Order: sequence, then structure tokens, then C-alpha cells
Amino acid sequence: MSVMTDPNTARKEWLGLLAKSSAPEVAKLWLAMELDPHHTILRSPEIGGVMVRGRAGAVGAAFNLGEMTVTRASVKLPDGTVGHGYVQGRDKEHALQAALVDALMQTDAAGAIEAGILAPLRAAMQARKTNRAAKAAATKVDFFTMVRGED
Amino acid sequence: MYVAVKGGERAIDNAHAWLAEERRGDLDVPELSVAQIREQMTLAVNRVMAEGSLYDPNLAALAIKQARGDLIEAIFLIRAYRTTLPRFGGSNPVETETMQCERRVSATFKDAPGGQVLGPTFDYTHRLLDFKLAADGDAADVAVSEPHRGATPHIMSFLDREDLIQTEPAGDDVPDDLTRTPLELPASRALRLQSLTRGDEGFILGMAYSTQRGYARNHAFVAELRIGSVAVEMDIPELGFAIEIGEITVTECETVNQFQGSKTQPPQFTRGYGLVFGMTERKAISMALVDRALRWKELGEDNLGAPAQDEEFVLYHSDNIQATGFLEHIKLPHYVDFQSELELIRKLRREAHDTISREAAE
Repeated sequence: MSVMTDPNTARKEWLGLLAKSSAPEVAKLWLAMELDPHHTILRSPEIGGVMVRGRAGAVGAAFNLGEMTVTRASVKLPDGTVGHGYVQGRDKEHALQAALVDALMQTDAAGAIEAGILAPLRAAMQARKTNRAAKAAATKVDFFTMVRGED
Repeated sequence: MYVAVKGGERAIDNAHAWLAEERRGDLDVPELSVAQIREQMTLAVNRVMAEGSLYDPNLAALAIKQARGDLIEAIFLIRAYRTTLPRFGGSNPVETETMQCERRVSATFKDAPGGQVLGPTFDYTHRLLDFKLAADGDAADVAVSEPHRGATPHIMSFLDREDLIQTEPAGDDVPDDLTRTPLELPASRALRLQSLTRGDEGFILGMAYSTQRGYARNHAFVAELRIGSVAVEMDIPELGFAIEIGEITVTECETVNQFQGSKTQPPQFTRGYGLVFGMTERKAISMALVDRALRWKELGEDNLGAPAQDEEFVLYHSDNIQATGFLEHIKLPHYVDFQSELELIRKLRREAHDTISREAAE
């Protein structure tokens, strides 16, 4: 499925962003929005493990690398919209907030949530990545070959 | 035989209370926080995650604190915790090709696309104690440069394009899992890699070193060593598609080793592979060397009788929790066992004594 035709592209992106952002970051932005949407809990926050896999030789058959901690939760808004949160780590509030953001992003509140929560998370993640990439770039080796003085 | 004995509860409670006090150490020295361990003892945290087989820096840091810095004890705590977690599923294989590399070096190609990036390495340090660190811990000024934008392709892919390197066979989508079924031999490569990546760093290092010293000859070049973060993606049934559920730092090592060929196939380089949680390059390089040595059968090589070629020897002795569990249990009460040994030796001595005196009398 190409990026252009996949209807889930946007949702995949925000769910991934919520999963990879830290719990305190998400909580801070969520609380600053002062939202308290009515919802029922479909699945209470639950801490579990996911077996992370790699590939032999980076390209071959899959193998089990080890587990990582993940917390998940699901909520339902009064209009029936369902939101799911799967986040890295063991923070139950993080999973619940991710599920609520996921649900609200499917409603008219999407614009406000995007501006108030997702855009700042995306910017913070990009800044972190750029910062480390810039430090890595400064450690790139410039080779030079010694000229032999033969004449 | 282990026979349960009763008693000693008070002694045990008191021992544990003293352990807690010793763990805290001198009260005039500020207490370590879990966050301090996570941020400043990162490589210890990485090792505990890799061998504990659970990626969670906060838990690994807590385990190190609880274990007073005994990393095998910390790994034990993580393994025990891991078994309490419900398994949500398995991820799609991480795509190390798309890794955001913080370190990437090749010992085989100087001018690899993407360049040689040293990252925060101990290499080229003089290994002299830095007494400045004892006085203050201020962060150094770090140089920055324009970030690398393009892809960082695997170096192996260049050899692959020329057909110079053996291809990696495809396998099951759901690999064998030694945390679910006991390890049986012969083990699939998937099981070997799982076992090596969570194996004891010291043991795997020793095994790898033995191959370099000539036990199983397969001279390895590090085609590529890369460290950085990769996203972990998993299919979510209730969504009907895959999402990223997190991001982890891993170390990957690909080795290129000497040739394999036959009458029908021109010679090709062979490969070994290491992939380990965290920034753990000694372990990842060791894993690649041992992986390569264990592949002798599928690559049609001779068994030279080297320890690193013996999968039973390697795989059954690499797990430090199994090893320490069995090793340390011998210090626990074996009073009844030993009582029977005592009786036996007394009987044997009595018989020997009787024989000697009888022979002397004759």
C-alpha cells in the first residue's frame, strides 16, 4: 500500500508519535489542554511485553531479540468513537492519554489536538533527533592519504 | 538432592535488613536515584537490558540499584520480572537499514556511503584515569555539524550487489522462541541468535576470542558496526494495521568471513551477525563471531572440534542466569546429601582398614 492511498497513514503517524514520546511530555501537553472528554474505558491500562524481532544478517530470517515493555489502553467516546493507545514503557496514564488523543483525533476536536499536542510532540522529537544527528555528524571521519615523498 | 530445612527465618530477615543498610552505604553520601543510574551508568543499564532480555531502561536502572551494582543479580531481577508480563505479541523485524546511526564504522571500506561516524566511543582514548571526573562532572562542549540526511545503506549490500557475499536464507515469520519452549538441539539459527544476544557478555566474548586465536578458523572482518535507534513496529489486531510502539537503541555488527565455494558455485564471502539491545558493541562483535563459528554445518565446513563450533557447549553455557542458578545453589544446605557421603566414606575407610589389618595378620 502506498503512502498516498493508505487511509490509515495519518493515524499510524500519530499513534507512533504518542508511543515514542515520553510519558511526562504527553502528560504535560494533555493536561495543558484542560480537556476532560466523557469516555468509557474499553480496556483498562495494561502493562505487558512485546517480543522485538530482528533479522539474521539484517536481511534474512526473523529471530527474537528480546522483549520491551509496552502499556495499552482503549477508550470509547459517547459518539461511539474508539481510541487505542499502545505506548512504550510502563506508564498507565500515558497509555490512557494516547487512547484519548487517538479517539479525539477522529472527531471535530482533531484540529485543536493536532495543534496543542501532536505538533509540539513532533517538534520535540525532531529536535532530539536533529541534535543527536548533528553531534554524530561532527564525529564523521575525514580521511586523507599521506603523500609519499619519493622524489 | 536438596532437602528443605526449616528454621533460620529470623536470621534471614536480619540478613536482608542488613543487606538493605549496606546497599545504602554511608548516609553522609547522597543516595543514588534510579534516574542517575539510568543517565550516568548507561552502559551497565544497556547490558542488563540485553542479558535480562527486556528493553526498559528505568527497570534496568532500578535492578542495578537493588542489586548493589551486581549486574548478574540485576539481570536475574529483570528476567524474573519479565516472566510476569503478559505477552502482547511479537514485533515486525526491526529495520536496521533505516537506523538513525550515532556510530557507524567499517573495517573493510574506507569510503562507505554515509561515512565513518565514530559516535561517543571509548576508542582512541588513552585509558588513563581522568581525575577531573572525581572533582566535577560538568558536561563537555560537544561539537555539532550538519546532520547527515541521506540513507545509510548496509555495507553488506554493496558486496551483495556483486554477488560476493553469501545470501541470507528467508525463514519463518514467527521464529522459535526459547522463552516459550525449552532449547533443543540442533537449534535453528533463530534460536542460536536469540540465545547469543541474551547470553553472558563475558562468555560470548571468550568464545569469540577463542575463534580469533585459532579454535575454528574463520578470520572475521567487521564489515560494519552500527549503533543507533530503530522504531519497533507491531501489527495491532484491533486497528487492523501496524503501528510503531516504541523506539529502541541497538548495536548491530556484520562480519565478513572467508570464502565458501564448490565446483558448481564460485567462492563467496560468508557472514556472521550480531544484534544486541543498547550500546553494546563488544557483545555485538562477539555475537557475530560466535554466530559465524556455529554456522559451520550449514556452510559445509569441517567440524574442527573447536569449542565455539559446538552448539551444545555454547548455547547451554551462555546463559548467566541458568549458570549462576546452578552454580550458586551448591552453597545452600545439602546436609542430608553430605550426611550420606560421610557415611559412605566412613564405611569405605572401615572396610579398607579391615582389609589392611587382615593382610598384615596373614
